[in-house]
Amino acid sequence: MQALIPYIINGISAGGQYALIAIGYTLVYGILRLINFAHGDVFMVAGLVMVYATTSMPLYLSIPLVLIVTVVLGFSIERVAYKPLRSAPRMSLMISAIGVSYLIQNLAFYLTGGLAQPVTKPIPWISDMITIFGASTKRVTVVTPVLTLLLVVVLVYLIKKTKIGMGMRAAAKDFETAQLMGVKINSVISFTFVVGSFLAAVGAILYFTNYPSVGITSGSLPGLRAFVAAVFGGIGSIPGAVVGAFIIGLCEELIKGLGYSTFSDAFTFALLIIVLCVKPTGIFGEKVTDKV
Amino acid sequence: MKKIIALALALIMVFALCACGESAVPAASSAPQGETAAPAEGANPVVKIGVFEPQTGDNGAGGKQEILGMQYANYVQPTVEIGGQTYDVQLEIVDNRTTAENGPSAAAELVNRDVSVVLGSYGSGVSMAGGQVFSEAGVPAIGVTCTNPQVTSDCDVYYRICFLDPFQGTVLANYAYKVLGVEKAYTLAMLGSDYDQGLIYYFSEAFKALGGEVVSEDFPEATANFVSYINNAKSAGAGVIFAPVSTNYAQLIIEAASAQGFEGELLGSDTWDNNMVVESAKGKDVSIKITTFYQEGGNPEFDAGIKAWMNENADAMTNNGGNDMVSAVTAMGYDAYFVALEALKAAGSTDPAAVLAALPGVSYEGVSGLIEFDEIGDAKRDQAYIKTANTEEGVWEFVTVQGVD
Repeated sequence: MQALIPYIINGISAGGQYALIAIGYTLVYGILRLINFAHGDVFMVAGLVMVYATTSMPLYLSIPLVLIVTVVLGFSIERVAYKPLRSAPRMSLMISAIGVSYLIQNLAFYLTGGLAQPVTKPIPWISDMITIFGASTKRVTVVTPVLTLLLVVVLVYLIKKTKIGMGMRAAAKDFETAQLMGVKINSVISFTFVVGSFLAAVGAILYFTNYPSVGITSGSLPGLRAFVAAVFGGIGSIPGAVVGAFIIGLCEELIKGLGYSTFSDAFTFALLIIVLCVKPTGIFGEKVTDKV
Repeated sequence: MKKIIALALALIMVFALCACGESAVPAASSAPQGETAAPAEGANPVVKIGVFEPQTGDNGAGGKQEILGMQYANYVQPTVEIGGQTYDVQLEIVDNRTTAENGPSAAAELVNRDVSVVLGSYGSGVSMAGGQVFSEAGVPAIGVTCTNPQVTSDCDVYYRICFLDPFQGTVLANYAYKVLGVEKAYTLAMLGSDYDQGLIYYFSEAFKALGGEVVSEDFPEATANFVSYINNAKSAGAGVIFAPVSTNYAQLIIEAASAQGFEGELLGSDTWDNNMVVESAKGKDVSIKITTFYQEGGNPEFDAGIKAWMNENADAMTNNGGNDMVSAVTAMGYDAYFVALEALKAAGSTDPAAVLAALPGVSYEGVSGLIEFDEIGDAKRDQAYIKTANTEEGVWEFVTVQGVD
């Protein structure tokens, strides 16, 4: 058991990071029925901004800057690439998302010269080493799940209790009707992207503190895993995304700990297929009701 | 109104594309400029040297650094005397995009541009794919840092100036077992990477032959979390972790090893010899040893020259990763260019067939050592540089020259 502790701690931490990204996928899907393929790249950009900001300015400026730049990026992607396509077929929207994803990756390639950028000045305190149950790790591994859960609670409150949250729920239920009822659909969607990007930025800060190297494809695998987590938990459902993310994170690390590192991804995705076969809407997914 | 916005948007995108396209390939655009400038200075005829390197994809960064060496060499020595006539050398740079699928078309592009000899590539897979095209066209190619044996053994026109993976793997195994005194090694490679798996194979064979024990693990592409792998290495009781992986994984492995308090040695191959890798080791409690082709300081004159050149040239600086540390692949690119010039001189003609015939006899004392070819076309190298990362200052330091015995 003692030998497994580092893997469990690591898995929970990885799960927290995936959860922060997965919420971005699930929120956007819930409202727009769009899989925002650019989300992983927004996450990567947050990492890059963090690399550059932390080396050139003090912490109290750099962290807000990362959050602001990421939120602005998420907001403008929606305005430029998705909003004009609101009445277009869903497939066009998806292709646009793929296009944005590649555009961001290539711009980042141009900017960095293609070299993975190391985080040379990690954020203090959370990158300190600590020992829990005899396993040494960075403080960020412990901070991540706690912060994730905290943010989820705030988010759920936001959605259940505030006016804009009500708008989001209405839009998720029925897009057209919500519009007819006077919900300002554009600001609701923009707000969704802002929230998603903000969480991705927080995720990026934690993730790249833990794994301090930002390459242009650094967002793709966390993005993919988070997407899987969102589907796993039932896409459109926030608790689902969080639970799914923790399950995926734990599975992955425990399999590595058991010595089957080669199969860690294979197992994760096999699990996904099994869950989807048994329960196609995911663990927390709503039942699909056909609208007449 | 909507249409105007859409139009403006489209225009902006087109503009952005143009802007990116133009500056993203400074290397390619600089060559024709040289050509147009040439007639004014006395109208020398032009000899074309093809550069077959990745500028995009996983190896884009390494390829760019290798091109830098060639561009600098071209800047130092822009002309060559062939058969009593002075020729202007023009670099024809084509992006082979890292992957083997794109190799043949990039190679064909070079052949169509009538190059006399080709340099490259960084990465063995794409070199093998391009080799077939060069072979059919009869254009000689000089591999710069492609270390897989099959590049030259399976291709009659491919020569190479660097050492090979069997040699490199054996050198590292010898170093780990004899110098570091380690009896158990842990190896880590990316699934599906020929380079990683090849080196691990040669390392393991040699290490076991010496009497050591090897534990091997693989990780899937795009892994970022290496903590569990380091824990596995620790629980296996390994004294070294050998991970001949590409630079971004190297950075993450260093971080994880430091975070998990791994007390042994990290062993890396020539791919680790990169500014960004040593940068990430700065201030960390790790011990890193790598094999490479060249160590900064090996030829102070060359180092000073290329640093000055990079400092003047902003694009070159970006392509080098934002600082002026001299990577081994840059030095190798520089040597490759001069080997090509030697071959052209010896051939006395710009005809690829004549250059091919002249290549086996070339002997050139480069910044990375003496370059001569054996009958397969590989450079006769029996020593590799071992470097260590100075974690206080974030620079590579020379340790020793290690051979196989």
